[in-house]
Amino acid sequence: MQRYIWPTLIAALAALAVAGLMFGSVPVSLASVWRALVEGDASTDGVIVRLIRAPRVVLAILVGAGLAMSGTALQGVLRNALADPYLLGVSGGAAVGAVLAVALGVLAPPLIALAGFAGAIGAVAAVLAVARLARAAADVRVLVLAGLLVGAFANALVMVTLVTAPADAVRGALWWMMGSLGSASWRDVWWTAPLILPAAGLLIHWGRQIDVLALGDDAAASLGVNADRAARRIFLAASLLAAATVVAAGLVGFVGLIVPNLVRRPAGGRHRPTLAAAGLAGATLLLIADLVARTIRAPLEIPLGAVTALMGVPFFFARMRSPT
Amino acid sequence: MIDVRDLAVTYPGTAHRALAGITLSARRGEVTAVVGPNGSGKSTLVRALLGRVPVQAGSISIDAKPLAEWKPLERARRLAVIPQREESAFSLTVREYVGLSRYVHRSSWMGERPEDRTAVQAALQAAGVAELADRRTDAVSGGEWQRARIARALAQATDALVLDEPTTFLDIAHEMAVFELLHDLALGGKAILLVSHQLNLVARFAHRMVLLHEGHVIASGSVGDVMQAAVLERVYAWPVVITRDPAVGAPTLVPLRSGRVRSPGK
Repeated sequence: MQRYIWPTLIAALAALAVAGLMFGSVPVSLASVWRALVEGDASTDGVIVRLIRAPRVVLAILVGAGLAMSGTALQGVLRNALADPYLLGVSGGAAVGAVLAVALGVLAPPLIALAGFAGAIGAVAAVLAVARLARAAADVRVLVLAGLLVGAFANALVMVTLVTAPADAVRGALWWMMGSLGSASWRDVWWTAPLILPAAGLLIHWGRQIDVLALGDDAAASLGVNADRAARRIFLAASLLAAATVVAAGLVGFVGLIVPNLVRRPAGGRHRPTLAAAGLAGATLLLIADLVARTIRAPLEIPLGAVTALMGVPFFFARMRSPT
Repeated sequence: MIDVRDLAVTYPGTAHRALAGITLSARRGEVTAVVGPNGSGKSTLVRALLGRVPVQAGSISIDAKPLAEWKPLERARRLAVIPQREESAFSLTVREYVGLSRYVHRSSWMGERPEDRTAVQAALQAAGVAELADRRTDAVSGGEWQRARIARALAQATDALVLDEPTTFLDIAHEMAVFELLHDLALGGKAILLVSHQLNLVARFAHRMVLLHEGHVIASGSVGDVMQAAVLERVYAWPVVITRDPAVGAPTLVPLRSGRVRSPGK
């Protein structure tokens, strides 16, 4: 299994990326996709592929890879295969930040992203503070519970904000809460990529430290890793990744939870290959989810977050029966 | 090479001192065993060597340099510690798991070098887990896991090795193999600091012993100095006699039934 994982993952990602360019409310042939991308033809199909579907596919890849790698890193640092940015309140915090910014009239995506990141960091700080109050900063169950609490609180904040917000902001906020790639443009790609790619690169750079941290704090210390500092750094980078995906695509749950668990064993278990495999598989999974979201009730689109939740919840239950 | 002077540790939020000024050292070429009842401060001492407990007074030095002045990675090249408990959250092959300790010798993007492979293979063999190298860490028994952890510490290739109850879960043969291994490693020039509840095996294999009780050093010195019935009976709050191991002649502790308290030495 380990031998074939890389060709399989790369082939699946390539196939789904092409499918993402071909299928949608209007099907486009493979030949037209080729003409649109390589020859740059100006037909309707060409415009659809170049300006609507291509950025959507690229954004799906960035968001899916970001969520899956963020989940992998958080699971490694917390030593728990059921951690993910969604359950830990990171995504909820990012949504609060983004919605508050939109409700206050901020329209520039980089500023919204910044607000989302601030919200995510606030949520992480709140989760760690709650866990510290419970005098169990290292207890994963407490962290997950604190994450759920902070997430619920974040949700309430969003609702309170929306009561007084104008109708446009409410629609925008609903979009955040449900997740969608429906309005993806090249502009979204241009500001998302510079956040996601470096953060993902940092996590891979720290992959060996995550391996050591996953042994436990005392064992990490005996291998010369300052567990507290290293974990905090990795937590921050993972939060930045998750926040960037939330601002780009709204709340898309379960990708960060499922994907690491799917790829960890075939990738061998060390975190560098696991992170890389999770990036590829997460991108593929999000391309599948987005294809389902835009084709199953075409020309209507169903929310992306709903698709990933419908796939993720049964997985979660199956996982609880047979943990790693 | 490990020198602990008047070390005092109090955990935050608690009044009593986990360690109340202890002095001991572990020298190259010797197995130094730390014994004592549960809660006597043994594991606190181990965590202090990792810099993971608040030190109130006293000092720890490694090769005459204070612990705090060592960079964590440089310290990890001198001193390997096997903590008492460690769950592996995610499974790896035993070989990969043992190879994690080579982290301290490689920079972040350096690949596996021949010397890393050699060190890992030697450690696997020394700890008796070479034939488990390709098994996954979640598919080995408790005893095999303990030995894999010892292999990991050996692959770290340090001069000092600290082990906190390394023979828990091991049967007699594997326990003996670990004690023999530690003895051999000491004769090969390493400083071994061993925390153990196995007084009788310690008495056979250790060069020096330190008896801890409620954060104090009650006795330290040669095995004969520490294996004294009067002292052990008081520290463990249980009647004991010290006899001689019929096979090798080492002092051996025999706990008595609590109803038949005899004063020792009569």
